[in-house]
Amino acid sequence: MTPISRVHKNQGVKLFIQTVIARAYPRLIGQQREKSWMFFDIVLPLLSVSAYVFIYRAINAPEDYIGFVIIGGAMTAFWMNVLWSMSSQLYWEKEQGNLALYILAPNSMMAILLGMALGGMAATTLRAAVIMIIGSWIFNVHYAVVSFSQLFLVFLLAMVALYGLGMMSSSVYLLLSREAWHISNLAQEPIYLVSGFYFPIKNFNFWIAAGASLIPLTLGLDAMRQLVFTTGASLGFLSVPIELGILSILCILFLVGSRYLIGYMEKLAIREGRLTESRR
Amino acid sequence: MHFAIETQNLCRIYKIRGGKKTEPKELLALEDVNLQIRHGELFGLLGPNGAGKTTLIKILTTLLAPTSGSAIVAGFDVVKNPEKVRPRINMVSGGESSGYGLLTVRENLWMFSQFYGIPSNIANQRIKQLLDIVGLSDRINSKSSDLSTGLRQKMNVVRGFLTDPDVLFLDEPTLGLDVGASREIRHFIRKWIDDDQTRTLLLTTHYMVEADELCDRVAIINQGRVLACDTPATLKHRLQGEAIYRMEVSPLNGTNLQDFESIAGVHKVTHRAQDGFSILELILAQDDVISSVVNTMTAGNIHILNLQKREPTLEDVFVDLVGKSIEEMESDADIEST
Ligand SMILES: Nc1ncnc2c1ncn2[C@@H]1O[C@H](COP(=O)(O)OP(=O)(O)OP(=O)(O)O)[C@@H](O)[C@H]1O
Ligand SMILES: [Mg+2]
Repeated sequence: MTPISRVHKNQGVKLFIQTVIARAYPRLIGQQREKSWMFFDIVLPLLSVSAYVFIYRAINAPEDYIGFVIIGGAMTAFWMNVLWSMSSQLYWEKEQGNLALYILAPNSMMAILLGMALGGMAATTLRAAVIMIIGSWIFNVHYAVVSFSQLFLVFLLAMVALYGLGMMSSSVYLLLSREAWHISNLAQEPIYLVSGFYFPIKNFNFWIAAGASLIPLTLGLDAMRQLVFTTGASLGFLSVPIELGILSILCILFLVGSRYLIGYMEKLAIREGRLTESRR
Repeated sequence: MHFAIETQNLCRIYKIRGGKKTEPKELLALEDVNLQIRHGELFGLLGPNGAGKTTLIKILTTLLAPTSGSAIVAGFDVVKNPEKVRPRINMVSGGESSGYGLLTVRENLWMFSQFYGIPSNIANQRIKQLLDIVGLSDRINSKSSDLSTGLRQKMNVVRGFLTDPDVLFLDEPTLGLDVGASREIRHFIRKWIDDDQTRTLLLTTHYMVEADELCDRVAIINQGRVLACDTPATLKHRLQGEAIYRMEVSPLNGTNLQDFESIAGVHKVTHRAQDGFSILELILAQDDVISSVVNTMTAGNIHILNLQKREPTLEDVFVDLVGKSIEEMESDADIEST
């Protein structure tokens, strides 16, 4: 039998990139393997979107509100992804036994988190795009994009900030362990409401809207709607440049925060023996 | 001389938190562990449940901080330079459910190889080769969630070897596997060590045969302390002066057992109840003590069904050191926990 030989291993930037791609892989490929995603991630969200559309039509709301709802419904997919597949992910990986293997490997945990985020973002973009296209087609929504470059920038910043928040909260969840599950459950519905997935947050009192803006999707959605609909600007919370500025700050805050927290979490878990679930 | 693994007075205390108000209890999981494992050695840690085997492996693999003492693995301190240790090691635990069920065997293994910076094409070649050796190549494209326990464990073991570590840690690699699968994995472990003399492997087990047949050296560990550390042959040689007998007798109860232990020249007696009879293993100072044992039995109306002298095994060494067999300790623990 041929001997099991030694191999060359990359380090530094190459290793970092390899790690990011490898951790993104299960989300890029694996998540599409079970075809049930089409029902849970497309059909169900479209149903809740439809509910709002029918209500708005029934009360004769401005036609642009229909578009608001479609975009909101598509962006909800990202929020769900961050809530259930980023924030609680490290906790789940710990139960599964993967977390110890990630820490054991020679890469930085940031590479693992980034891989998770990029993979989740890509898989969710697919779902969001399908929701947008089908929703716009069924309900005959017209878009009037003011600036494609600004729109892209808003989307990009909102994504970085949102997944940065997910990366950061994944460490927090890990420290809170079992409580984490309940927090996700609690967070889901109220945040639907205050983030304005289905209506403009301008309808809220300023301070509620400002508080909701900590969740990057809130401002991202608000800015995107302003850039996409003719009546958008009049319904916006703040002006697009200000919203871009705040989103940039959130990006930095969350990314730096996640780096700091994951380091802290790793040290604490190694000291207290909490890297594996307690049964092992 | 440089060692692949060297520990100095390693201790680990776990704090077990009870209720909100009660003071946390302390559990001494490792106490003054001093081990020196050479490059090229296949080293076994043998001990019952709760002995501290996994705790020691976690410390050596940088996943757990020691409470005091130090450890050098592959040339670096596990506390001060974990980032230097990690590229040089890997670990697999028995019964782990790592990876992602939706990915195939190849994809799971490929993913882990990337975390160690192995170029993709080389990783794929190596995955094929290793799966071939463990006899899993026909399942290379199966979803890992579809694998049976044994096949899954083979995949996990391959993951450990795939990243070409200098020092590999296997925590109960054959846990829960049938005889055939265990043998294949042991065979693979031996081949990996023999293929390159610079590799070092530390495995834990509570199977005596595994330690005896597979390992170059064995440390016997119980309640966090290393009781003995040597080659299996030397360990067994310690009992060479003593006589070891295996008896099958009519069913016994606990009181009889104490009668035997009080006979002069009887060092240790272990007892296993079977269906309709009992098995006794006796460690005696010398051969003629057996006649006193037989006399006591006859007096107590116990029938001897079978009597046989045998060579010492690691099991006997363990009993000699600890006073009980691993099996007895584990069934005691079961009774306590119910
Ligand atoms: N994270 C932890 N917190 C508290 N106590 C722990 C923790 N991990 C292990 N222990 C305790 O430390 C002792 C040693 O455990 P360890 O897992 O190292 O034993 P082991 O030899 O691997 O046993 P097994 O054969 O059952 O795997 C046990 O009493 C165990 O209950
Ligand atoms: Mg163990």
